Amino acid sequence: MSSIMGWKQQQHHLLSKIANSDGHSEDSLYFDGWKAYDKDPYHPTQNPNGVIQMGLAENQLCFDLIEDWTKRHPEASICTAEGIKGFKDIATFQDYHGLLTFRKAVANFMGKVRGGRVTFDPDRIVMSGGATGAQELLAFCLADPGDAFLVPSPYYPAFDRDLRWRTGVQLFPVICESSNNFKITMAALEDAYRKAQEANVRVKGLLITNPSNPLGTVLDRDTLKSLVRFINQKNIHLVCDEIYAATVFNHPNFISISEIINEEDISCNRDLIHLVYSLSKDMGLPGFRVGIVYSYNDAVVNCGRKMSSFGLVSSQTQYLLASMLSDNEFVERLIEESGKRLATRHKVFTAKLLEVGITCLKSNAGLFCWMDLRPLLKESTVEAEMALWRVIIDEVKLNVSPGSSFHCTEPGWFRVCFANMDSETMEVALQRIQSFVRKPKEAAEVPVAVKAKPLRNNLRLSFTRTRSRRFEEFVMSPHLISPHSPLVSART
Amino acid sequence: MKLLSRKATCNSHGQDSSYFLGWQEYEKNPYDDVRNPTGIIQMGLAENQLSFDLLESWLANNPDAASFKRHGQSIFRELALFQDYHGLPDFKKALVEFMAEIRGNRVSFDPNKLVLIAGATSANETLIFCLAEPGEAFLLPAPYYPGFDRDLKWRTGVEIIPIQCNSSNGFQITQSALDEAYQEAQKRNLKVKGVLITNPSNPLATTISRDELNRLIDFVTAKEIHLVSDEIYSGTVFDSPKFVSVAEVLMDRNLENTEVWDRVHIIYSLSKDLGLPGFRVGAIYSNDVTVVSTATKMSSFGLISSQTQYLLSAILSDTKFAKNYIIENQRRLKKRHDMLVSSLKNAGISCLKSNAGLFCWVDMRHLLSSNSFEAEMELWKKILYDVGLNISPGASCHCTEPGWFRVCFANMTEETLNLSMQRIKAFVDSIVATTTTTNHADTRGQRQLDRNSRRRSLTKWVFRLSSYDREPER
Repeated sequence: MSSIMGWKQQQHHLLSKIANSDGHSEDSLYFDGWKAYDKDPYHPTQNPNGVIQMGLAENQLCFDLIEDWTKRHPEASICTAEGIKGFKDIATFQDYHGLLTFRKAVANFMGKVRGGRVTFDPDRIVMSGGATGAQELLAFCLADPGDAFLVPSPYYPAFDRDLRWRTGVQLFPVICESSNNFKITMAALEDAYRKAQEANVRVKGLLITNPSNPLGTVLDRDTLKSLVRFINQKNIHLVCDEIYAATVFNHPNFISISEIINEEDISCNRDLIHLVYSLSKDMGLPGFRVGIVYSYNDAVVNCGRKMSSFGLVSSQTQYLLASMLSDNEFVERLIEESGKRLATRHKVFTAKLLEVGITCLKSNAGLFCWMDLRPLLKESTVEAEMALWRVIIDEVKLNVSPGSSFHCTEPGWFRVCFANMDSETMEVALQRIQSFVRKPKEAAEVPVAVKAKPLRNNLRLSFTRTRSRRFEEFVMSPHLISPHSPLVSART
Repeated sequence: MKLLSRKATCNSHGQDSSYFLGWQEYEKNPYDDVRNPTGIIQMGLAENQLSFDLLESWLANNPDAASFKRHGQSIFRELALFQDYHGLPDFKKALVEFMAEIRGNRVSFDPNKLVLIAGATSANETLIFCLAEPGEAFLLPAPYYPGFDRDLKWRTGVEIIPIQCNSSNGFQITQSALDEAYQEAQKRNLKVKGVLITNPSNPLATTISRDELNRLIDFVTAKEIHLVSDEIYSGTVFDSPKFVSVAEVLMDRNLENTEVWDRVHIIYSLSKDLGLPGFRVGAIYSNDVTVVSTATKMSSFGLISSQTQYLLSAILSDTKFAKNYIIENQRRLKKRHDMLVSSLKNAGISCLKSNAGLFCWVDMRHLLSSNSFEAEMELWKKILYDVGLNISPGASCHCTEPGWFRVCFANMTEETLNLSMQRIKAFVDSIVATTTTTNHADTRGQRQLDRNSRRRSLTKWVFRLSSYDREPER
């Protein structure tokens, strides 16, 4: 019998290329910060010096409203005395059309989020395993292996996995830069399209996230129209991920692609227009895995529906949300209140950062800020950004997301989340940032301590390169659950 | 330029098969004891509706679990945020214990080797993505579950080569059938990556014998390929021989830490054993660290809703309840099975002897007008439109012998089952009456049969594809 090592290596040839590749993108640095948090997570009493998680775009601000609703509506659960009569029918319901009441409720919610300016057809709503599943589903429907999507950068890191991993589809970035506040320009679009053609790659579509992750901004009307004209002219698809639609807390208003295609001066082939949606951000329910594909293309709806078998929403969850989201009074209150609370968080957060000279891209949406730390870089390189990031994790004890993980072409930008913690924790985080920026630093032995560009309040900062660390090779992913949660009995 | 992908425009999802057309007709004219007593009775749906009262009474006695509470404390928030693809630890622990209990605790499972995914549909697809490239192949004993054509092939680009099983030996998997299937793959220049079995079998409703399992393990060892065992019906074994999981055979043969150990994978789900297909609870169990790791990451595309994980974790952690549920559920399944078998026997129809599943594999070869699939389709349509029963024709399960049908018995009330049996009896009696008026079974008799069936047609049925399609089920 061959040695254990020998056949273990051989075993790997027995798995698919997908299984052996790193297309899951989890070796990206995006996850390293989580691993650091996972090893040393902050807790106000049990671990007050731990790492505070600011790399997680969660919306934890409105649970009280949702939880209160579920308490007042026990009939919305098929498990309670009030709802049990529905248990059998719901437990056996696996029709991939989804519950009609669920689809109507989601269509209703989506319309309300857009201020009633558009209505959505429940029969075009296709379920998926979260927005993650929705993105992959659309990629499978719209593109063949080897085809490409254009995507404005900086963009959500997991698109690399969702769009590419099992589908064989490629991504070509449409480079956006700080010089014009990261707006998408026609020149950048054409440039990306041309690069794909030069590489002999067929472009099948353009994927935009509006409101943007990581920028926290919304696309203006003119940009949206020019995008629609662009895709029509090239006869390629437009996939709009509007997962953050209800997190717009300030002017300018959110404009959905569903509004644009109705405008008079736009002539658009609707077969090219598709939306991705989810309740993970707007309602803060990522655990419930509610992903939605909404397409104006009948063939995509039909095919997508069949594919949704691979990631249907649990009927128990459909039933609960059907009830919740058809409660118009509740929905309106939730949207309004959520906006207010996000606005407050954002205001406090950006103000405190500004006190120590840190600016963020002006934003009016999302669960995060796009923080400009370019002045703190010793040089404008990815290495310097990574070095700064290690310092932020190891010394400041905050997990933030470096711009390079979002494929940002300019070093020094960081995404920092502010809605996934209570206000006390946010205070602690802000204090740490302020202390760090204000504290004079000493140079250490090994590499060169370099003065950064002077800040507004004339502090000079220098960095030590952190002692090299040996990061274990993680096979498992980072955990996203707090260790003191009653749900976790043992950490793996 | 074509707008959509090849996957979107082909029909590899398999939904144009008769398996699904029957449902469409049922949807148009569904039986209801009060509102539509002459409607079509659904017997093509492998659902387990026999034991909901047990689950409902558990919920009535455990209000905390029903309302997002644990020890009286609300955990709504934690559940709403929980999207860790490792799954809820308590749920995985409870699920592997449930799986062990079903196997008489002759084997135990490690929760760290279990990957949770939204339904066996997704679990099967995900596992194939991990094990095979586009253009490679898996061997499957035929007849097999029609949904595999979609789950294993559609988006993965993997091929299925059937291992032909036939009635001469009770559809058992023989060495020669295995070898022939492998050679067929080679002839077609397809690299075989594994064998996928369903144990207990759908549509045969039998447990795979220890001999066959040994044969399969020897085969995949020799060929250095994978063995996937879909054990979704493992809890439905209601009669001897008792269920033998592939996991058990590996242990009994001391194959732990040998090469083949890492290449045997199990698929599970709660859709059949607990009758909860709507909740989308599937799982992959594997000893291969890379498979577990990769499948875990892939599960992101179809995680199980956290509230569902929590609910089921509470139910299954009540091990006393779970154990009693298994026993009582099996008892009820046996009763139903026996009802169906004896009623069919009474109508001169036999079934493959079976000890599991939610259906029987029924032998209607003697009712065919000829030994052909055209005749099978003709008989199926008669049964659908004239008799008013939607059953699944063997052709849709890739059976090579015409005349076999899968008939489900656990997705309706006893009264409805009785009615369906009356209808079958009446149908068979009328055929017998018709054919005995002729002196020999020949073309004249056939013409007579045709005339009678036309006369008996209840309405002018226009056989057309309905635009309303629905979720295919096992």
